[in-house]
Amino acid sequence: MIKFEDVGKRYPNGYEGLKHINLEIGQGEFVAIIGLSGAGKSTLIRTINRMHDVTSGSLTVDGTDVMSLSGKSLRRFRRKIGMIFQSFNLITRTTVIKNVLTAFVPDMPWYRSLFGIYNEEEKMKALEALDKVGILNKAFVRADQLSGGQQQRVALARTLAQSPQIILADEPVASLDPVTAKQVMNDFKRINQDMNISILINIHHVDLALKYCTRVIGISAGEIVYDGPSDKVDKAILNQIYGGGQEEEV
Amino acid sequence: MSISQIILELFEGLLVSVQIFAITLLFSLPLGLVVALGRMSKNSTVSGITKVYISIMRGTPLMLQLFVVYYGPYYLFNIKLNPTYRNMAVYIGFIINYAAYFAEIYRSGIQSMPVGQYEAADILGYSKVQTFFSIIMPQVIKRILPSVTNEVITLVKDTSLAFSISVMEMFTKAKALSSSQTSMTPLIVAGVFYYVFNFIVAYMMEKAEKKLDYYK
Repeated sequence: MIKFEDVGKRYPNGYEGLKHINLEIGQGEFVAIIGLSGAGKSTLIRTINRMHDVTSGSLTVDGTDVMSLSGKSLRRFRRKIGMIFQSFNLITRTTVIKNVLTAFVPDMPWYRSLFGIYNEEEKMKALEALDKVGILNKAFVRADQLSGGQQQRVALARTLAQSPQIILADEPVASLDPVTAKQVMNDFKRINQDMNISILINIHHVDLALKYCTRVIGISAGEIVYDGPSDKVDKAILNQIYGGGQEEEV
Repeated sequence: MSISQIILELFEGLLVSVQIFAITLLFSLPLGLVVALGRMSKNSTVSGITKVYISIMRGTPLMLQLFVVYYGPYYLFNIKLNPTYRNMAVYIGFIINYAAYFAEIYRSGIQSMPVGQYEAADILGYSKVQTFFSIIMPQVIKRILPSVTNEVITLVKDTSLAFSISVMEMFTKAKALSSSQTSMTPLIVAGVFYYVFNFIVAYMMEKAEKKLDYYK
């Protein structure tokens, strides 16, 4: 369970990125976080794995106080939390399978990681992860020869290979076309349902958020303005989240 | 003096040139990495010192640097070194000069890596050392290989600068033979040797580039 208690984030220049955030996210939830650019969506998601520090309040993940972690304990903590980026962040000039195998490096002895020697078990796990996202047939293709959607699936497989309890996705479909975006969202949904992994996703596409996620959190200027089931989200709520700037799109 | 004798003489010199070349690479490639890391250090003293070092190495002629390394101990500190120090001076001069150039190549490669690569490594729970050796370095090597090739080819030709402190490498020999025989032949033969040497270097680097470019 992820628990925010009165969490705030103030940048060194005084700007308040997050204000009084109170949230509880149970294991296995599929949550969409929506809001304008700059509202604090990314900041919120990145505090969970400590890519950003919080400056007040308390943030716990399964009882662990995230701000108390450092060095080795932080690295071990991050192993439980996967993350997906808008730009995939793959090693493009190598094969898909080797990208997935990078997920095992932190648990390997240094001499194996230095020369990139992986054992049978790791290779099987990597292939299984690729199978789960439906791109097993691309295992030995160079990552930069895949389409955007396929690259995002490789990133997803890499995350699955570390057997996470939580997956954080920072604008995972923002650079994909509508059809591919839906396919990737389907992958998330399947992973969420089959493996009971909690998924938190930052997303600009309100329609996708409402269609795939069970819970929606709306953020405006660093504050939560809506938190509830996705089927209760209506125009009035969207207006509140997007400050009335939302056109007739939904 | 017959042409075969000239070739034989110059070949002996070539072996010395190859030795300078190999030893310089062997030490300056890793030293360059250390310098590059120092240059990128958050500690301003370390980065400041390495910056000045690189600036001097790149900003003054290699020939002058060889003179300083060879004659410096005597002129500055009155230390008398025996003549075999000559070879050592060449190695030191070349290594510290080339390390500076390699350092800048490494730095440009390392700094051209997108932030996302570091982020991805962070969220996978990599330590800094793991990130550098498993994620960053392999990609950097592929990117910088063409620039390194350039530098290595320059090094082959630069070995002739050892002439300035009378090390018996190929150019020194060619110059001596040319004067004593009043002939152009030794210089031409040396030119051919340098060309072939570089041809082999370029060929091998090209092979390495191709090999690294795929599936690794």
